[in-house]
Amino acid sequence: MKSLLNVTKLTKTYGNIKACNNITFELYPGQVLGIVGESGSGKSTLLNSIGNNLLIDSGEVIYVNQKNQVLNIKQIPESQHRKLTKTEWGFVRQNPRDGLRMNVTAGANIAERLLDVGVRHYGNIRQEAAYWLEQVEIDTNRMDDFPHTFSGGMQQRLQLARVLVTKPRLIFMDEPTGGLDVSVQARLLDLLRSLVRNLNLSVILVTHDLGVVRLLAHRLLVMKNGSIVESGLTDRVLDDPQHFYTQQLVSATLVP
Amino acid sequence: MTQTKSTNNQPNASTESGFNFAYLDEQTKRSLRRAILKAVAIPGHQIPFSSREMPMSYGWGTGGIQVTASVIGKPDTLKVIDQGADDTTNAVNIRRFFAKVCGINTTEKTSEATLIQTRHRIPETPLKEGQTIVYQVPMPEPLFVIEPSRTEAAKMHALEEYGSMYVKLYEDITNFGHIATAYDYPVMVNERYLMKPSPIPRFDNPKMNNNPALQLFGAGREKRIYAVPPYTKVKSLDFQDYPFNIEKWDNKACKFCGSTDSYLDEVVTDNQGTRMWICSDTDYCHHQQKSGIDS
Repeated sequence: MKSLLNVTKLTKTYGNIKACNNITFELYPGQVLGIVGESGSGKSTLLNSIGNNLLIDSGEVIYVNQKNQVLNIKQIPESQHRKLTKTEWGFVRQNPRDGLRMNVTAGANIAERLLDVGVRHYGNIRQEAAYWLEQVEIDTNRMDDFPHTFSGGMQQRLQLARVLVTKPRLIFMDEPTGGLDVSVQARLLDLLRSLVRNLNLSVILVTHDLGVVRLLAHRLLVMKNGSIVESGLTDRVLDDPQHFYTQQLVSATLVP
Repeated sequence: MTQTKSTNNQPNASTESGFNFAYLDEQTKRSLRRAILKAVAIPGHQIPFSSREMPMSYGWGTGGIQVTASVIGKPDTLKVIDQGADDTTNAVNIRRFFAKVCGINTTEKTSEATLIQTRHRIPETPLKEGQTIVYQVPMPEPLFVIEPSRTEAAKMHALEEYGSMYVKLYEDITNFGHIATAYDYPVMVNERYLMKPSPIPRFDNPKMNNNPALQLFGAGREKRIYAVPPYTKVKSLDFQDYPFNIEKWDNKACKFCGSTDSYLDEVVTDNQGTRMWICSDTDYCHHQQKSGIDS
């Protein structure tokens, strides 16, 4: 199987600080890759240098698009990059306020992605929006309500619907369960798991919650101080941690 | 530095002494003309210019007046309208201003004018080749409601990313069942640039399409000039299942001239709530009345 995303020796520094140091990994279609590590370990910088237009110092990011074209993400024109982020890619942020337009209705939030790709039929847009609201288990009656009237979990699911409407292949998630309580987290994770499987999505999932990666991620990268210290199958890494830091991380997890 | 003087721009006896022709100095006018040429070359694209202090406050047409001043010449006949009327404060003052500093002829008749400065309306009488219409623009950036950052908005223009502009129309239909934007209705110019047509009613939007006259837009406070050259495609944004349409006044006609196809203003005439509808375009209304008497 050909890989979807290929990151080679990606390095990004902020002055003297190496936020990402020689990061190399591959992502295959339908795979969920978890990235864990403490705050400041470079997880979000890594995500942004792949998914957003953050300038990197060196390294390569290769993405194979829907038409099977091999794209060097750091060399394609900005217009093409922005188009990718609006069609084949999706971003789910920790804070829904960053991923949603709070001053327009839930329906409009989903509609925007379709409008961006040139759909100009109101009725069809409504239908699509309703369909994806159902998929993320939001009552379609709430379509014309503002996102700020939604609960945290619903806002997160709305973000997901907004991203999924253009049928993306690769989704970046930055702590998607961050501000949610445990039962809502569990529901969101459950939903994510079935969506990922049914839609054959590839996901890069940044989190510091080992429970989340245990449930969702097929493979796991452990980052510390900008470098990958350990990688492998999730269960292997978590059950048999090799690196000192991973051992610490696993043993620090609260078990009720 | 060389002094630019053209012979037909010499002030005559009727003009106020101590001012250059059309108030602005020649260098300023030239810099504005450069911006205008650029604007005409890229229809709908906003060109920055160094807006000058004018003898009136922002919001009263400082952009339009500067554009007018830079294109006006001795042989021009100027018409100024404000909300369609020739006799309102803004229109009267700007007309008198140019009469004073240029000594040019002014008119209230659309057909006789070579240069028309307007606020919030396009005349009902169709414009002709050779005429120039100058719009006063308060806010030139159509993406402003969606994207507060000018840098990002410029990028969106450059990459033709106008999808989010439709979010507003989507919200209109969702809330009101139809597109409720009544004025400053966004348009696509020459199938490339998204443009704000200044706060004209959407009734006037179709008049911009393929218009034989040159259309110039000046925003004084925001320091932007843009243009629609003659015979350029101007299309109002809409949805396939909610096509663009203009305002209609069911069974209403102008009280004075009886017109049913012009833009009508609703006027409350007493404390009992009696209303009448009259043409917003005074010149058109007079013309209609006159031709009604003649026939």
